[in-house]
Amino acid sequence: MRLSKVQWAVIKVIVFILCLMPFLLLLMDTIQDQLGANPIETLHFRLGDWALRFLCIGLSLTPLRKLLKQNDLSRFRRMLGLYAFFYASMHFLVYIVLDLSLSWEAFVDEVPKSPYILVGLLTFILLIPLAVTSTKAMQKRLGKKWLTLHKLVYVAGVTAIVHYLWLIKTLTIEAIFYASLMFVLLAYRLFTYFKARRLCF
Amino acid sequence: MLFKMKKDILTGEITDKLVFQNRRKIIKAVTATAMASFIPASMSAQIKKYAEIPLGPYSASLQVTDIEYVKNYTNYYEFTTNKNDSTILSKALKTSPWSVTVEGEAEKTGVFNLEDILKTNPLEQRIYRFRCVEAWSMVVPWIGFPLANMLKQFKPTSKAKYVEFTTIYNPNVMPGQRGTALEWPYLEGLRMDEAMHPLSLMATGMYDDELANQNGAPLRLVVPWKYGFKSIKAIVKIRFSETMPATAWNKAGPNEYGFYANVNPEVPHPRWSQSRERILGASIFTPKRNTEKFNGYGAQVASLYSAMDLKKYF
Repeated sequence: MRLSKVQWAVIKVIVFILCLMPFLLLLMDTIQDQLGANPIETLHFRLGDWALRFLCIGLSLTPLRKLLKQNDLSRFRRMLGLYAFFYASMHFLVYIVLDLSLSWEAFVDEVPKSPYILVGLLTFILLIPLAVTSTKAMQKRLGKKWLTLHKLVYVAGVTAIVHYLWLIKTLTIEAIFYASLMFVLLAYRLFTYFKARRLCF
Repeated sequence: MLFKMKKDILTGEITDKLVFQNRRKIIKAVTATAMASFIPASMSAQIKKYAEIPLGPYSASLQVTDIEYVKNYTNYYEFTTNKNDSTILSKALKTSPWSVTVEGEAEKTGVFNLEDILKTNPLEQRIYRFRCVEAWSMVVPWIGFPLANMLKQFKPTSKAKYVEFTTIYNPNVMPGQRGTALEWPYLEGLRMDEAMHPLSLMATGMYDDELANQNGAPLRLVVPWKYGFKSIKAIVKIRFSETMPATAWNKAGPNEYGFYANVNPEVPHPRWSQSRERILGASIFTPKRNTEKFNGYGAQVASLYSAMDLKKYF
């Protein structure tokens, strides 16, 4: 698309606000006491869901860009990736501050007993260096290493799904949906990797 | 018997039969009148079926959870795995007339109308803690009768070592039963001494009223010292057996959900701690409560398991 700088800036602001909407709605529900019987769980789950959704959306930009031949889509990679990190951070903070009430005793009791929490923590930790190095300056400074570093997002995609599948009591349609979507998004990378190296296909 | 049966209350204080049989018409009529005269409908919806039921023994003097939370946060996998949606989906279940089939090692087996069962089992209110295996808890004022009272009426034989309960199977109205979340129909069971324990309750109501469908209407089990999944909903069959029943969650995850499923902070679920529980309806800044062994009913029930390794028989 041929748009001016100002037009792109406006579009980015709109996308930014749209991505913030789930958080604002959650904030409104919290203030109006609309989170139901288990408000912390609602906050925690809804933030986790959005972290996973933004991870999926972020990971679908490249395949969509190539599929639809819309190079402009890559303009939104940083913002969507950072939103995945934002929702993951809020998900993590709700767990530590509200669910565990900042109790170290509760942390050391609960976390080692829950492999899925460990995998969730790992996912969050993997996203931190990606968020920190998301600026243009860092991108320039790291050069080729930047691309290698940011491949960590594929690992985070896998661990996010493992975290989800491990915590549910029975397999749900939502879980199958996200697991399949993530599988397709990551399989696409494997496919292009092998194709580029003429290893198969 | 460890508790008194208050038969006198039944005749005098229970809703008149005619009023009861026409309760829906009456509520409709009253609501319509109220609407017509611009009185808020909520003021007229005060006719509660069990408002006069006396408080029974073993009631904990605890602050009960807000009824809206208890009604809209249910695990009813027959309808959905979503705790909220079962409220609407379960409205499709017809709970009257209702009968219970009694089978197995008992002298009086057959099909019994729920109404007949209720005639010989005086109701009482019991305020119990309820602790889910998912680490949340609530306090519910149940209306029901001791399970032992009813089971004795069927005259179980000496061979009856366990009692098994079955939930209604009707995939036409229960969409979850068309899926494979669990093996259907839902089955639960108790050892005979657990079933005969005076704390074990058969509930038909809560909060002075009939059970809502999503809470297990018209007849559900309540075993307050065990995780919530033992408290099976919408019971249509009771079977006395010599062998331990294969229960639904135990079949789905034998290393995660035991037959006994006693609330125990010392035995974690393989995937999460059971040391603490989230109190339903509490503010977001309320810390979790420390879970009590046997959900706080240890003084009454611990002796049932005195010779058992509770880590092995979880």
